[in-house]
Amino acid sequence: MGYKAQFRVWRGDDESGELRDYVIEVNEGEVVLDIIHRLQATQAPDLAVRWNCKAGKCGSCSAEINGKPRLMCMTRMSTFTEDEVITVTPMRTFPVVRDLVTDVSFNYTKAREVQSFTPPPDLKPGEYRMQQVDVERSQEFRKCIECFLCQNTCHVIRDHEENKEAFSGPRFLMRVAELEMHPLDTADRRDAAQDEHGLGYCNITKCCTEVCPEHIKITDNALIPMKERVAGRRYDPVVWLGNKLFRRSSKKS
Amino acid sequence: MTQVERHTYDVVVIGAGGAGLRAAIEARQRGLRTAVVCKSLFGKAHTVMAEGGVAASMGNVNSNDNWQVHFRDTMRGGKFLNNWRMAELHAREAPDRVWELETYGALFDRTKDGRISQRNFGGHEYPRLAHVGDRTGLELIRTLQQKIVSLQQEDHKETGDYEAKIKVFQECTVTDLLKDGDRIAGAFGYWRESGRFILFEAPAVVLATGGIGKSFKVTSNSWEYTGDGHALALRAGATLINMEFIQFHPTGMVWPPSVKGILVTEGVRGDGGVLRNSDGKRFMFDYIPEVFKDKYADNEEEADRWYTDPDNNRRTPDLLPRDEVARAINSEVKAGRGSPHGGVFLDISSRMPAEEIRRRLPSMHHQFKELADVDITAEPMEVGPTCHYVMGGVEVDPDTAAAKVPGLFAAGEVAGGMHGSNRLGGNSLSDLLVFGRRAGMGAADYVDSLAERPAVAQSDVDAAAEKAVRPFDPQGDGVEENPYTLHSELQQSMNDLVGIIRKADEIRQALEKIEEIKSRVPNIAVEGHRQFNPGWHLAIDLYNMILVSECVAKAALLREESRGGHTRDDHPSMNATWRNKLLVCSTDGTDVSVVEQPQIPMRQELFELFEIGELEKYYTDEELAAHPGRNA
Repeated sequence: MGYKAQFRVWRGDDESGELRDYVIEVNEGEVVLDIIHRLQATQAPDLAVRWNCKAGKCGSCSAEINGKPRLMCMTRMSTFTEDEVITVTPMRTFPVVRDLVTDVSFNYTKAREVQSFTPPPDLKPGEYRMQQVDVERSQEFRKCIECFLCQNTCHVIRDHEENKEAFSGPRFLMRVAELEMHPLDTADRRDAAQDEHGLGYCNITKCCTEVCPEHIKITDNALIPMKERVAGRRYDPVVWLGNKLFRRSSKKS
Repeated sequence: MTQVERHTYDVVVIGAGGAGLRAAIEARQRGLRTAVVCKSLFGKAHTVMAEGGVAASMGNVNSNDNWQVHFRDTMRGGKFLNNWRMAELHAREAPDRVWELETYGALFDRTKDGRISQRNFGGHEYPRLAHVGDRTGLELIRTLQQKIVSLQQEDHKETGDYEAKIKVFQECTVTDLLKDGDRIAGAFGYWRESGRFILFEAPAVVLATGGIGKSFKVTSNSWEYTGDGHALALRAGATLINMEFIQFHPTGMVWPPSVKGILVTEGVRGDGGVLRNSDGKRFMFDYIPEVFKDKYADNEEEADRWYTDPDNNRRTPDLLPRDEVARAINSEVKAGRGSPHGGVFLDISSRMPAEEIRRRLPSMHHQFKELADVDITAEPMEVGPTCHYVMGGVEVDPDTAAAKVPGLFAAGEVAGGMHGSNRLGGNSLSDLLVFGRRAGMGAADYVDSLAERPAVAQSDVDAAAEKAVRPFDPQGDGVEENPYTLHSELQQSMNDLVGIIRKADEIRQALEKIEEIKSRVPNIAVEGHRQFNPGWHLAIDLYNMILVSECVAKAALLREESRGGHTRDDHPSMNATWRNKLLVCSTDGTDVSVVEQPQIPMRQELFELFEIGELEKYYTDEELAAHPGRNA
């Protein structure tokens, strides 16, 4: 049942580091995070790794396993052959703090730049009425566990440090879409999506959707519809003419 | 002198789960400069693990519901040992707290007429749990997190600084509370990332650190649940109550071993899932206790009719309070009627179409598929009890959440009293909101009332720093100890000897083991340096787990009866003379002492909400003399 697996784990800090080899026991039913924990308890007590729930609900243990952005707690060892060398490295888009832990503050900065939920000013608590079918669109995006794997994999900022300033990444563009589609949100978020969060940088290659452990259809359900709303506002000739003639205010259409 | 980063705040909230964030929102809205300190990243707190929902008697699905019914259910669930004032405030205020979340942006599932939908849950008489599929905790934490961001945006607009009034110190652990005389003066800790020390000078501290599950081997709790707040409060001179009451959630995963203990939401049963043993029998019908006989169906037909016609049928015993279900599963497994991996079967696949299961229980479907290779739409799950929640915690004033130490407040799982001997599912998320807010208000009132601010003594800072780095330079004269080994020995001992079923001699063995572990603590040695060093972090957390485990074991040994989350094999029945007794823990720094303390009797009008016939099952004759039912 049990066997010895070969692991290569990145060890180091923001200045230098290397892949180090370990041979470590694996038991039936285990996931990569179990093996990393065994490594900590038996061979490398100071190996730095983030984790919390170990059930795919908190989004803390993001890393790259054999180059693929994954949650360590949801990657079963049975998906590898017993003689396969398993390489675990930190997320590449964010600066390394130590070993598998990265500085994800970029995401918290971007989160703060998205205008918060803006309810109708006269609607009192307890008076909110929404239909299930209308909340479901935003509910899909609220399944996000903020593992930041989509941010990590997005080629706009992966290996393109220079784009980080102008681009909020799929997670926070999806947050903008979530609020735009919230049945009771009163803000118009289309200009901000394009001008402040860099929606135009996204060229819908769906890499974010592919790595999402919650299987949220980020590109199809959030980013493309958001692009359509922006395009409708900016490039529809009738809307353009209306804006010129009547100086239409930026109320939600 | 120690190198320490210093900050000054009005209120420091330790913990960024539901209670901590709600407290911080309240303190900031009262105009106080507020710090939130948490061990993990912002938004990762254990609250995300809550699945089923938040209990609030909004009456959206069954209009018969109201706060009095919720209050009664809560007291019943806790076997009348609850702090009744907390249970009252909780039941009265929960609906407002849920509606408030909608103004922060929460998106709950809806009823047909567009209101918040509510689902059935164990021990709740009516459908009461506001929910979002089976990821309600995630919705709660994200909503509160986003509310904090919105407050920061307001502050940014006004001052140009997002963090002018409320700042989150993430991946930062508090190791000691500091006092000026008898009152709180601040909190000392370290940055997990750099290992550098940090000092908060603040007159008020709100503890919102959650529970203690990591002292047990099989648990649904994450690594953060090391009883930090419980231990910080004790060491600062506050008291803990009800520490013998630990909730073992009946349905944790049992296989594969690496996920043993991970929670399977009670929502599975609330939505129609049933428990079966290896004979395929729905065994819960055999385990309905006398006190619940008139509320639960004694046959499958009635139980199944209840889902669609709750007014004319009694509810299914699959939804008995958690302590009852956990004990029943334990007995079935012991009697040899368990599943292949030592649990029982939880079956939803034969009860509703696959599509509906995927819609109602998406994260359970996902969790079993990914972790156990089980498709819950086609086959039953294997489940068994897992350490889930501690009812015990800091003894607080119900209205203000104030602990015995001036300036110290506690809310959420770290506070004791609200849930008595057993918590109902769904009453945790509502507890966080109701008492999180009250702790924020209590702290704000306290700070506003101060004539002068307390001062932190440098000698206390130096002592706290010296204690924190001790594992790098162990002072014991024995062999060096690995913190991981000590932790796993503690977990095994608590699990086996002070677990779901307890006996006096086994608890004594556990206490001996705790003494032995205490004697080995000075020899704990960690490798490497202070930068993000998990071995060192565990060594520090271990101090807290040991102290809290001693409270649990000592209180469990004293309480010679079985009630809620405390089952004594050698004292198997509930004893009315114990109902009114709280066991209060305190420490002199090295050892824990436990004393009995009577509860304040329930206010008359609340007392009269219960039928005399029900109270007779729990109360002594003398206590019932004042009930009108006695004189009728």
